[in-house]
Amino acid sequence: MTRRLRTEPRLADADGFYEALMAAYRDLPEEAAAKLSAKLILLLANHIGEEAVVREALEIARREG
Amino acid sequence: MPTTYQNPRFDYRRCADQEPGATAHHPVVVVGAGLVGLTAAVDLASRGVATLLLDEDDTVSFGSRAICFAKRSLEIADRLGVGERIRDKGITWNRGKVFLRDREIYGFDLLPEPGHAYPAFVNLQQYYVEEWLVERAHQLGLTEIRWKNRVLEAVQESACVRLTVETPEGPYAITCDFLLACDGARSQVRRSLGLAFTGQVFQDRFLIADVVMKADFPTERWFWFDPPFHPGRSVLLHRQADDVWRIDFQLGWEADPVAEKQPERVLPRLRAMLGERRFELEWVSVYTFQCRRLERFRQGRVFFLGDAAHQVSPFGARGGNGGLQDADNLCWKLAAVLAGQAPEALLDSYDAERVPAADENILNSTRSTDFITPKSAASRAFRDAVLELSEDHAFARRLVNSGRLSLPCSYAGSPLCTPGESREESGEAALPPGSPCPDAPVLDSERTGEARSDWLLRRLGDGFTLLLALEPRTPLPAGLAALAGESPPVRPLLVSSGPRDSGGLPLLIDAEGLVAARCGLQPGAALLFRPDQHLAARWPRFDPAAVRAARDRALGIAATAEQEVFAT
Repeated sequence: MTRRLRTEPRLADADGFYEALMAAYRDLPEEAAAKLSAKLILLLANHIGEEAVVREALEIARREG
Repeated sequence: MPTTYQNPRFDYRRCADQEPGATAHHPVVVVGAGLVGLTAAVDLASRGVATLLLDEDDTVSFGSRAICFAKRSLEIADRLGVGERIRDKGITWNRGKVFLRDREIYGFDLLPEPGHAYPAFVNLQQYYVEEWLVERAHQLGLTEIRWKNRVLEAVQESACVRLTVETPEGPYAITCDFLLACDGARSQVRRSLGLAFTGQVFQDRFLIADVVMKADFPTERWFWFDPPFHPGRSVLLHRQADDVWRIDFQLGWEADPVAEKQPERVLPRLRAMLGERRFELEWVSVYTFQCRRLERFRQGRVFFLGDAAHQVSPFGARGGNGGLQDADNLCWKLAAVLAGQAPEALLDSYDAERVPAADENILNSTRSTDFITPKSAASRAFRDAVLELSEDHAFARRLVNSGRLSLPCSYAGSPLCTPGESREESGEAALPPGSPCPDAPVLDSERTGEARSDWLLRRLGDGFTLLLALEPRTPLPAGLAALAGESPPVRPLLVSSGPRDSGGLPLLIDAEGLVAARCGLQPGAALLFRPDQHLAARWPRFDPAAVRAARDRALGIAATAEQEVFAT
């Protein structure tokens, strides 16, 4: 079974998550911030593990960018 | 100047074709006596085809150039009679390491499997191989090599190709039926025919330094990202014969290619890396690279091989190895056409089989290059993220790309292959049509008396061969000997787990069971190999009519019958 990207709300504490995300980037110069984003994407993509799901996310991100 | 190798000089000699008057005609002309051109000439000579080989220079390659010979290339070289020399002189290696700054982040082992005549990789300077191929060409006596003969122009006419050749005594003209352009990345034949050579240019420069030193580094491929001795860039270290070490420094696009070759610039880079070790500089070159190819490798009577047809970055050792497989693919076909055993349409399959192979090499080499030379701030961020994560997280190590090494190409899906039986019939391990034959140890019991150890690939030979798996007590099927008497012959080669009656046919004893395991042989199975040792077809049982049909298909014979109907 190929799963599809889930886009309905799934984070219990959305505001808390967003705050943690912002906190991770606080005070980072541009280059370091880009590397942090990259690491995050790589870690999460590997965790998802299904290439079709990640590609779907890529498409949405690029379309709405 | 190199200290470990003296380039031989081959004399220019005036030839009869240069006399004023009639234009001489040659059936096959090869342009470029480099690694690929020499391979093609020797392969054709081994099949009884005479060639004229033209080269603009009077020696073999200057500098080590292609140094990594992959297993498939070594097997091709073995068929041509120079494989053992390459293995004996070269450096066999199996392991590689990737470093980030001063730490090892990733190691690979090509897991050498016992029971093959040749290892995964042998490193050897290209000039040795070229020199031995020149010797081999002379031994076979069917190649006329004309040094200092530079092709100025190639014109395709309806019945031939017309060449203008420049020499120290002025130009002369010849014609030929078939032209093999093996004249490198800057191919004059390609330019002369006005063919587009398109692809991607990488905005980076690399310095190759060949260094002679006694070093205690292990015989491994070492690749550094951002090492302390060359911050912010990559370095590759590889060992060659004669205590010569290849060191590749990434310089960046802004580097000055002329200044960077000067010893006063090169030596400090090397000292930073090698410390107090004593070394001598052997050869230096600065290069950029491109990944591109011709749209078609066959243009009428002209065939493009090696760098003249396609170019890749050096990461992955896919340039020279790809070129050798081009020659391996084309030469038996050309020989069959010239012998009247196959229609000219067979030559189209060179395109059908080698273009996808080139695309695979270009794809892998482009991916490696994109990793080594990130093209934007975003791709640099991802690259660095991968490297940093790879220190602690196994998943990221799989993404580190310092070159994906050349593997033998399969021609699955080629029009020359006969689609096989289903997986259920042949078994999961069955070698699929299109694959190169895997090597395996065999006992050759052709002679009476005691059996001799040999290798499957060596016994497979360079014609059509039918490998037939028979149990010691199964009777010999009828109709085998008749195949060997046809034109072109299909030579039966029996494989059995133990001694048996062979009816006078060559018999290999698969004492270790590795032929059966690697080819996926069930008792009774019949496998038809092409002259380049790729599998053309396989069956669970021997059927002479099916073998003939598959051989004819591999010779492009069916396709021509259709064309003739169309033409009339």
